[in-house]
Amino acid sequence: MWHYEKKLQYPAKVGKADLKMAKYLITQYGGPDGELAAALRYLNQRYSMPTNQTKAVLNDIGTEELAHLEIIATLVHQLTRCATAEQMRAVDLGGHYADHDHALFYVDATGNPWTATYIQAKGDPVADLHEDMAAEQKARATYQWLIDLTDDPDLKDTLNFLRVREIVHFQRFGETLDIVQESQSCKHLF
Amino acid sequence: MQREQLELLKTLQALEFTALDLSLYLNTHPGDQRALTDYSNVMCEVNRVRQLYTMNYGPLTAEDSVNQPVWRWAQDPWPWDLDYRE
Repeated sequence: MWHYEKKLQYPAKVGKADLKMAKYLITQYGGPDGELAAALRYLNQRYSMPTNQTKAVLNDIGTEELAHLEIIATLVHQLTRCATAEQMRAVDLGGHYADHDHALFYVDATGNPWTATYIQAKGDPVADLHEDMAAEQKARATYQWLIDLTDDPDLKDTLNFLRVREIVHFQRFGETLDIVQESQSCKHLF
Repeated sequence: MQREQLELLKTLQALEFTALDLSLYLNTHPGDQRALTDYSNVMCEVNRVRQLYTMNYGPLTAEDSVNQPVWRWAQDPWPWDLDYRE
C-alpha cells in the first residue's frame, strides 16, 4: 500500500508563462521515457525479482517515480492553467485543447497516448535490470534536451533535479545487477 | 505561499529527500555503518521539522488529522496549486 503526503518531493518552480514548454514537458508525463512509464515498469517488475533486496530497489525507485510524475504534472498544470484556447492553438496545443481542455493527459510531446508497449517485464532479473538502466539513461537524456529547450532558470532548476535523480537510479540499478549476477554465478559453482 | 511556510517546507523537503536518497543507497549497501548512522540522524530531524510544519500549517497526511476541530485535510490547498517561487 501507499501513504500520500500532501507535498511535492521538490519545490517545482515555473518562472515564466512559456506555454510551448508545456507541450514538450508533457512527454515526461506520458511519453516513452517518462515518469509514468518508469513508475509502472518498476512497480510491475517487483513481483518477479528474485530476492527481497532486489524487490526493495524496484519498490522504492518505482515509488519515487510517482513523486516525479507529480512534479512534472505540477509544471505542466501551472504553465497551462490560465491559457486561452487561442494561446493553446498558437503553440500547437489546439489538438490537446479539443480533446482535453486544460486537463492533463498521458501523451508524449507530439500527442501520442501512453502505451504499455513502452515498458516490458521479462521475468528475467538480468534482462529487466538492463532495461531499467537503459530507461534511466533515456530519461536523463530527455531531461537534458528539455533543459536545452528553455531559458527559464526556475524551470531549469527543477528539471536538473529530476535529471540527476535518473543518474542516481541508474547507479542503484547497476549495483543491483551486480548483486544478481554475483549470486547467479555462485549457484553455478561446483 | 507565505515566506515562512515556504522556508519550512523547503527544509522539510530537503530533509526527507536526504532520508530517501540514503534509503536507496542502503538498499544496495545494507551494512554501511556510516550511512545507517546518517539515516538515523536525518530521520530525527525529519520527525522534528515535520511535526513543526504540520502543527503550524496543517496535515501532510490524512493520518496527521487527529484532535482537530475541522477536517483540514480536504480544505487546505493541494501541492500542484501552490507557487513555490520566493
